Amino acid sequence: MVANLGYATLIITFLVSIYGVIAAYLGARRNSYALVESARNAMLLTFPLLTITALSMIYLLINGHYEVQYVTEVTSNSMPLYLKITALWGGQAGSLLFWSWLMSAFASAVTLRKWDRDREFLPWVILVSLITLAFFLILSIFVENPFISFWHSPTGSITTAMFQPAGTSLFIPQDGNGLNPLLRHPGMIIHPPMLYLGFVAFIIPYAFAMAALVTGRTDARWIRLTRRWTIVAWVFLSLGLVLGMRWAYDVLGWGGYWGWDPVENSAFMPWLIGTAFLHSVIVQEKRGMLKQWNMVLIILTYDLVIFGTFLTRSGVLSSVHAFAQSAIGPLFFGFIGVTFITSMILVIYRWDELKSEVEMTSWFSREALFLLNNLLFFGLFIVIFWGVIFPVLSEALGILGQKIPSLSGIFTGQKVTVGPQWYEGIVWLPFAGLLLLMGIAPLSSWQYSTAKTIGRAMWKPALASLLVVIGLVLFGFRSLPAILGFWLCAFVVFVTLYEFWRAAWARHHARNENLLAAFWYMIGKNRRRYGGYIVHLGMILMAIGILGIELFQEETQGTIPQGGQITLGQYAVKFDSLAVFDTADGRNVARAVVSVYKDGKYIGDLYPRRDYYYESQQPMTIAGVRSTPEDDLYVLLVDWQPLSTSAATFKIYHNPLVWWLWFGSMVFILGSVVAAWPSKEPEVVMSSRAIPETTKA
Amino acid sequence: MLVEAVSAQQPTPSDDQVNQIAKQLYCPVCENIPLDVCPTTACAQWRELIREKLADGWTEQQIKDYFVLQYGDRVLGTPPAKGINWLVYLVPPIAILAGVYILFRAIRSWKRPVQTDNMTPNDSEVAQIADPAQDEYINRLEEEIRKR
Repeated sequence: MVANLGYATLIITFLVSIYGVIAAYLGARRNSYALVESARNAMLLTFPLLTITALSMIYLLINGHYEVQYVTEVTSNSMPLYLKITALWGGQAGSLLFWSWLMSAFASAVTLRKWDRDREFLPWVILVSLITLAFFLILSIFVENPFISFWHSPTGSITTAMFQPAGTSLFIPQDGNGLNPLLRHPGMIIHPPMLYLGFVAFIIPYAFAMAALVTGRTDARWIRLTRRWTIVAWVFLSLGLVLGMRWAYDVLGWGGYWGWDPVENSAFMPWLIGTAFLHSVIVQEKRGMLKQWNMVLIILTYDLVIFGTFLTRSGVLSSVHAFAQSAIGPLFFGFIGVTFITSMILVIYRWDELKSEVEMTSWFSREALFLLNNLLFFGLFIVIFWGVIFPVLSEALGILGQKIPSLSGIFTGQKVTVGPQWYEGIVWLPFAGLLLLMGIAPLSSWQYSTAKTIGRAMWKPALASLLVVIGLVLFGFRSLPAILGFWLCAFVVFVTLYEFWRAAWARHHARNENLLAAFWYMIGKNRRRYGGYIVHLGMILMAIGILGIELFQEETQGTIPQGGQITLGQYAVKFDSLAVFDTADGRNVARAVVSVYKDGKYIGDLYPRRDYYYESQQPMTIAGVRSTPEDDLYVLLVDWQPLSTSAATFKIYHNPLVWWLWFGSMVFILGSVVAAWPSKEPEVVMSSRAIPETTKA
Repeated sequence: MLVEAVSAQQPTPSDDQVNQIAKQLYCPVCENIPLDVCPTTACAQWRELIREKLADGWTEQQIKDYFVLQYGDRVLGTPPAKGINWLVYLVPPIAILAGVYILFRAIRSWKRPVQTDNMTPNDSEVAQIADPAQDEYINRLEEEIRKR
């Protein structure tokens, strides 16, 4: 049976991983080439093995083997093939399996590289990767087994078990429950794989960091080796986040893209620390500083990845009681605790070797500004972590309050909500600080910069950005946050473009190249730097979108008869008709046709609708959206008169500039590709550049 | 205009007035969904309740208090500032200020008067960078050899 095959390979993979851990450890200890090679083979074996497991699961999903509990939970007869396949990550058990599969793919890929110069890292990288993999396999085998089947006992009750309990027969339901309708969206189909790719890819730099700590080779070598892995991890994680935002915007039907939900936050936290890491490793490469700090950052990223994996699917943190009852919560927290403490002990053990080689020389040097960047990212992380953890903490302390009556007044154990208002009241400040840094830091140079040198480099773009502010004020903008925000955006854009221009112009003159060629070669010469600047530009475009929707969103709601209209700002939405019908894939659809007028001129139709899924008895609100760079008109069908359909309630959002949020994300992907593009230079040349560079900006 | 005819048809208080309050409240049954956008029937009834209370002349604060009394603090979008909840407001600024202070101290302690001899990187500095790691590596090698 295919379920048994899948489960068997899962167990074999687990045993192979354990063997690999032991072989790697002994190989490193005894300095045995053969043992390390054996461990490497074990690592490489996990991927084909888990591929068999994953394919077994996909086979079961496609062919509707509803005797398997997971298949019943996430698929149904009416689902199209592509949804049946993607149902692999549609539930918790499948997601964990999918996670392990991706993890083994990445870790195998990294062991396939040439290791000649870094042989001492190899066993430890394998060890860390396989321990992580083994942990997830334990979860899949013992706690969230995706292959568990239904069994029918003679008394008529139905139980679930992996293997046939005595006296029972297999129970095969006719149909499954079907995938959660919310997850049946293109954004949701590729969002989890992207997020997970980002998650597992961040494990690679962590594994190298641990290898560096254990072997004592604590120079910047491990950072150079993982530089591209880190960028790749970052791109996937960023893409995962953006796709999640897009999904929320299209599917959740509340006119926004980010709700500061614990699940969203749990994917955002590793991104924040990972981004801090991405920046501060540059300081270590260039200046030999912040070694201890980089270790702390990558360890935190790793554990936040594990934490994020845990939260995104189980959502167990919503209540203390749910956490205590689930087996998976304590296991996750145990693993996070053990890895965090072990890693930190290693860092402390190597603390003196990780001291800076040189000292900070100036407050305005690039390294100092990078440190400030780290502070802001870290501060954001602390704020968000606190927001996620506080409701649970408050509830947990209530238990203490019950035990000790004198404290019950303070520890009431009342469940509280920490919602968007709380986050938005705080996070704008570090975000604004990061924008400002994005404008200043590219102008500073390593070691030397002073306020004076930066001022000299800055005044032209700063002046240009002030012109934008004057323009905004003349245009009628009076909101202070908006003026501040758009000024910062303009400032960063001008500084960044100015940087591109200056470098290309200098090259054009020095080498007599044509300006476009100079521009092209200049980027090719320092891909990480200019790729990074393109990412910054993407972030600014996203910031423009965020400022637009956050500060200028308008909404209204009203019930109108057919032919009636609702106005919002320049727009009028006229209700034309509404049809209610059933579809072949088990939905009841109510679809309205509305025509949109802008300043009295007809500009097109929108089709907001409400899908009701019979199988899962869940309604879904799909907005009708008209998206332009200027603004989005976002129309929701809230309610209607069920029989006559002669009147309906619509909710209309006007979301200025939000288009730039999605466009900016494409720009930052482009920038990341530039930054991560494989270099033609051999690696040896790269690492010989250990001499701190003294590039003047 | 049609619009005026339509707005005359609007229930009083209007949907927008109801949503204005519902937005600040969280659905008492679903996790993390503001009441103004929650699609469940229960939430539609709660919104109607807000409409009734508004029609009876209740103020925004009275309605919010009523919901808190009925369903607990969790219906509020932000924790009420009392008891232990103060922590949710105090910890972030304190943490950030502490971070600023630590950073300030760290930069101060790194920033020694070594500027002149550190201005230009030279070969000896590079050698210095490489050496400790190298020594460590050789030491380990020797140690391994001794063990055999």
